[in-house]
Amino acid sequence: MTASHSADTQQPLLQIRDLRKFFPITAGVFNRTVGHVRAVDDVSFDVFEGETLGLVGESGCGKTTTSRCILRAIDPTSGQILFRRKNDEIVDLAKLTREELQPLRAEIQMIFQDPFGSLNPRMTLFDNVGEPLLVNGMTNREERTDRVADLLKLVGLRPEFMHRFPHAFSGGQRQRIGIARALSTNPRLVVADEPVSALDVSVQAQVLNLLLELQSRLGLTFLFVAHDLSVVRHISDRVAVMYVGQLVELAPTKTLFSRPRHPYTSALMRAVPVPDPRIPVGEVTLKGEVPSPANPPSGCYFHPRCRFATDRCKVEAPALREPSPGHFVRCHFADELDLTTAF
Amino acid sequence: MTAPLLSVRDLHVTFGLDEGSVRAVDGVSFDVLPGQVVGIVGESGCGKSVTMRSILQLVDEPGRIKQGEILYRMRAANGQPETVIDLTKLAKRGPQMRAIRGAEIALIPQEPMAAFSPVHTVGDQIIEAIQLHHTQWVPDGSGVSRAKAREIVVELFRDVGISMPEQRVDAYSWQLSGGLRQRAMIAMALSCKPRLLIADEPTTAIDVTTQAQVLALLRELQRKYGTAIIFITHDLGVIAQMANSVVVMYLGRVAEQGPVDAIFHSPKHPYTRALLRSIPSIVGETQVALPTIAGTLPHPFNRPTGCPYHPRCDERKGPECAARVPNLQPVDQGQSVSCFLHHDSSDTQ
Ligand SMILES: Nc1ncnc2c1ncn2[C@@H]1O[C@H](COP(=O)(O)OP(=O)(O)OP(=O)(O)O)[C@@H](O)[C@H]1O
Ligand SMILES: Nc1ncnc2c1ncn2[C@@H]1O[C@H](COP(=O)(O)OP(=O)(O)OP(=O)(O)O)[C@@H](O)[C@H]1O
Ligand code: SF4
Ligand code: SF4
Ligand SMILES: [Mg+2]
Ligand SMILES: [Mg+2]
Repeated sequence: MTASHSADTQQPLLQIRDLRKFFPITAGVFNRTVGHVRAVDDVSFDVFEGETLGLVGESGCGKTTTSRCILRAIDPTSGQILFRRKNDEIVDLAKLTREELQPLRAEIQMIFQDPFGSLNPRMTLFDNVGEPLLVNGMTNREERTDRVADLLKLVGLRPEFMHRFPHAFSGGQRQRIGIARALSTNPRLVVADEPVSALDVSVQAQVLNLLLELQSRLGLTFLFVAHDLSVVRHISDRVAVMYVGQLVELAPTKTLFSRPRHPYTSALMRAVPVPDPRIPVGEVTLKGEVPSPANPPSGCYFHPRCRFATDRCKVEAPALREPSPGHFVRCHFADELDLTTAF
Repeated sequence: MTAPLLSVRDLHVTFGLDEGSVRAVDGVSFDVLPGQVVGIVGESGCGKSVTMRSILQLVDEPGRIKQGEILYRMRAANGQPETVIDLTKLAKRGPQMRAIRGAEIALIPQEPMAAFSPVHTVGDQIIEAIQLHHTQWVPDGSGVSRAKAREIVVELFRDVGISMPEQRVDAYSWQLSGGLRQRAMIAMALSCKPRLLIADEPTTAIDVTTQAQVLALLRELQRKYGTAIIFITHDLGVIAQMANSVVVMYLGRVAEQGPVDAIFHSPKHPYTRALLRSIPSIVGETQVALPTIAGTLPHPFNRPTGCPYHPRCDERKGPECAARVPNLQPVDQGQSVSCFLHHDSSDTQ
């Protein structure tokens, strides 16, 4: 079962099928493989052209590993990553060689969490933002200068800043520079891994507004990875929830937040502190620690922490199903549970 | 009215650097009542951590407390009555300051890795602290044995929700996950039964689910032992859940301060209002532009004249905003604000 729109109007730009990424755990002098970290464990979903798909889940659930597989910063263990090119040709990013990937790099770009680490401190903004252009064959310096000036304007920075170095800018400005760099090659898919997590709330609002605006102006498609549910809810059309390497729920944003069907999703939402002192503090419903993806529990990976778990959950792994159109969930009892949220 | 446990009065802390001096804390005042949770919010660099480190005389070089008082009410002990002492007057490494650190006031520092040494197990480090402040556990001064201290640590680990505490005691901090390390830090901070706990962004690096558990734990400790807490965070949701009163800081000064309900439901300072508007809510409308605060935080070497917020203020009153520095004045039931929209009082310059 695949998480795609049933009432399909839009075309998928990206289709992830049965994606797995296992990291070997080695021991001893001969680096014998003694086990595997199942960082991404059978994940399938679609990303539609022009939408923002939010990807959430606790630390270590595989969000970054999924993103890095899509960008082919790492090689997936198995599965397909089908990408529809500008000319409608569908390619499997998982199978391409480095050389074959090269022409696709311009179409898929990345925005990182750390606005400080993602820029080269010894290069000016011109070189930082213009580098992907050069790599993609824009060798004429004047042409590059014009393009960098346009990009800086696009993200709300003054073109005169072009000859300054990153250290002269604040965190929010550096994140804008990172966005300008990512947009330099006119990508169609932008994978943003925690792009606002390191920013102050007031700066975060500016960057979120910028992403929303750029998306509507340029028709970009975003895969937006974050752990802050309020941010993900604000920016996403649909939201996917991961737990221990697996996709456990995916639905349109409003549906997911008003009527989650997976116990983990509802517990995650209840844990978000509401910025209003008049709303009483909810009971802590999710206790215990996230299991290690090197040694996931039997049956449903969530069963040791699930307050609805039955004997069946301990032995039988639930499959990802689509109980209502466009709403995907991996739980045996998704149809029966009453999971009203606080919102 | 209850006498405050801690009273920070007009604190100024400066860093003298080659490029010039940074007024990291520029006239901060606030009180902490016994058993209360005070939340501190403000943008990165506004002086939250430096203020907290000043309380414990732990400001990094070349930082100096230039002015102000930090009054702490010492508990009665050994027949001595309660006394109020000015922490800024104590020698940084003197016996009095050492007796206060940990046993009276404990800090959960912002850098999680800084709290523990990587070469000793977390258990050993907490045991050492307990043995140092043994009278907190055995008031007659007969000391705490290593075995007894270890038992206390295991119990503390259990209290803060660390599973398999007997094994975790022997772990090194780098072997623990972020959430576990955070809990071990809280256990360390509580190990000497402080009356005031300063938590500098204790949940920023951890997941919401773990955060909810840590917050519940801190609330329980506060109820059970009457520990007062100063809680620093960027997360206004956390403030709303945890704090009795809130201090909003901007560029080294207190913009506004008051009971949590007043801050969230009738904020008076334009900065507080703008801050509250700029957060995406878990219940609000989605995919619309969020109201933002114009401009960026000024560079610390380049402080604006007059009201520090005036270049970004969307409710600016008039020319006085750029000419004089408004100071913190009470305006309502326990609520104080530094803004000319509410009073005309300014610092003398
Ligand atoms: N190169 C690697 N070698 C071994 N294990 C790895 C590697 N990269 C990631 N992992 C493991 O894979 C799992 C998933 O990690 P990943 O970084 O994808 O999580 P995440 O959801 O992005 O978490 P976070 O919210 O903390 O960023 C974790 O258990 C992690 O320790
Ligand atoms: N060791 C230091 N040397 C020089 N300047 C410093 C030092 N420590 C802090 N400062 C300056 O003091 C000011 C206040 O810093 P502080 O760490 O208190 O901010 P903060 O409010 O805790 O920020 P954050 O939310 O990022 O933790 C900043 O302008 C900072 O640059
Ligand atoms: S399958 Fe069972 S354990 Fe898993 S989420 Fe559903 S009810 Fe809980
Ligand atoms: S004093 Fe003036 S500039 Fe400062 S916050 Fe008040 S109105 Fe705005
Ligand atoms: Mg990650
Ligand atoms: Mg700080």
